[in-house]
Amino acid sequence: MKKIGLLILSLITVLILTGCGQTKEKTITVVGSSAVQPLAESASEIYSEQNKGVYINVQGGGTGTGLSQIQSGAVDIGNSDLFAQEKKGIDAKQLVDYKICVVGIVPVVNKDLKIKNLTLTQLRKIFAGQITNWQDVGGPNLPITIINRASGSGTRSVFEKSVMNNLETKKSQEQDSSGMVRQIIANTPGSISYLAMPYINSDVKTLKVDGHEATKQNIVDNKWTIWSYEHMYIQKNGDPLAKEFIDFILSKHVQKNVVEKMRYIPISEMNYQKDDHGKTTKIGGK
Amino acid sequence: MHDSIKESLTMRSTSAKREFRGKFLAMFCTTIIIILVLSLIGFIASKGITIFVSDKVNIIDFLTHSIWSADKTDSQGRPLLGALPMIMGSFSVTFLATIIATPFAIAAAVFMTEISPKLGKKVLQPVIELLVGIPSVVYGFIGVSVVIPFVRNTFGGSGFGILAGTFVLFVMILPTITSMSIDALKAVPRHYREAALAVGATRWQTISRVVLRAGAPGLFTAVVFGMARAFGEALAVQMVIGNAMLLPQNLVSPASTLTSVLTMNMGNTVMGTTANNALWSLALLLLLMSLLFNTVIKYIAKKGTLK
Repeated sequence: MKKIGLLILSLITVLILTGCGQTKEKTITVVGSSAVQPLAESASEIYSEQNKGVYINVQGGGTGTGLSQIQSGAVDIGNSDLFAQEKKGIDAKQLVDYKICVVGIVPVVNKDLKIKNLTLTQLRKIFAGQITNWQDVGGPNLPITIINRASGSGTRSVFEKSVMNNLETKKSQEQDSSGMVRQIIANTPGSISYLAMPYINSDVKTLKVDGHEATKQNIVDNKWTIWSYEHMYIQKNGDPLAKEFIDFILSKHVQKNVVEKMRYIPISEMNYQKDDHGKTTKIGGK
Repeated sequence: MHDSIKESLTMRSTSAKREFRGKFLAMFCTTIIIILVLSLIGFIASKGITIFVSDKVNIIDFLTHSIWSADKTDSQGRPLLGALPMIMGSFSVTFLATIIATPFAIAAAVFMTEISPKLGKKVLQPVIELLVGIPSVVYGFIGVSVVIPFVRNTFGGSGFGILAGTFVLFVMILPTITSMSIDALKAVPRHYREAALAVGATRWQTISRVVLRAGAPGLFTAVVFGMARAFGEALAVQMVIGNAMLLPQNLVSPASTLTSVLTMNMGNTVMGTTANNALWSLALLLLLMSLLFNTVIKYIAKKGTLK
């Protein structure tokens, strides 16, 4: 009997303690694209510091997860690399779109490869499987190993839209995260893939396309055409806190100190815009 | 009138009450587990058959075609969902890993039970138990940083493929098969060995013709368990197999398995779409395979018990 008494006592203690946790703390959950995740995480830390009692839970999971979870109302913010209209099974009318920044996507190759520049056509032919040896684009006699992201990944969709011109990508190796892609490119001779700019580091070599380097200025002027928006989606009648958090990310302070530092590009600086069909137009007056 | 004797006889005693409570608790927990398992199977099955019911995918095509592309449709408007590359990939890595691991495992088990039990217990057993405890992501990590370059430099290709997957799985299932084989050989009664020795059999003859023969059902069970583990392993395999939904050309060309496709694509599909339902069909296939493995194990255990 003593044991049971002890058990009940401990149960009560646990209940009381859990009760303590649920004071006035407010929580919102942010889920989705792994490309936005680092940005959302750093922003949430600053936000929680400035607003005591607010906790922002940031998770990855991929663009598809982000969009389907926000559609079903399971989370407060859904991160996406794509316009909700581009994803099958998502009713974009139910959601409110906030473009929080722009991200450039860059073709990367193994460091030992002596190639600096490819034309957009060459890049397309490589990923379509029409060019299979680096010899054909002025490199060494080395077979090309293509590393793709998983089909349906946001980064891959953006790359295909900007580069492939409706040509089918050759079936090849797929990896489910940018980190894995980077590691494989670093270790595999003759490999080529593409990464979002925040993931680029000295382990891999970036390529110029049509003579343009993937710099912030070139993206702003659309000379570098492989870029996309990072979106945060909220429900029309969702938690007002979600909107507040997005406003916080869009504030000058965060755009300047967090967005830029992590090699994303603030929306306000762009001279060009893209719509959900991938059409690019110059922003008037700039 | 107050009859205390009658009361004490007809009233339920404390111990009877306690027994009832215990029974209730056990029943309650068992029911929850059964409901849980049944609803899990029901859920996966209902999701898994959606592409066959509402998208009209032919189940034969699903098992024998090799183009997996949920967004594209054939001439009759059915999505192109051929799981053959994944099925082939899963079976190849499983069988190859099991074929390589089994001799090592049984040799280790024989060493530990018959040849040098002391050394085995002191050194080999802890090592094997340690191997069981290593998380699969660690195996995968070692696979990417050690096995892949090794395969690339020795056998060519990019290093990613069935061969790398086999090597990683070999190390992962070796401890499973070994420890179960040890149990199987230990279960062989001592008098079998004594009888063999008594009729003048050498140690090798005793091991090969008596101990291994008598322990065979247990050894088979061990091997099937190893296969089940290899078939279901997701993370480590996904990291080294290359994840290309192509029929494997050779052992060093990138391939994919049922599990690797699942982990790769879960996050990129939207619940309720064809692409997502197709993944559930793969999950259902995995579930059916593990049911099959379990049935085989049960069958062997029933058939092969020592009489």
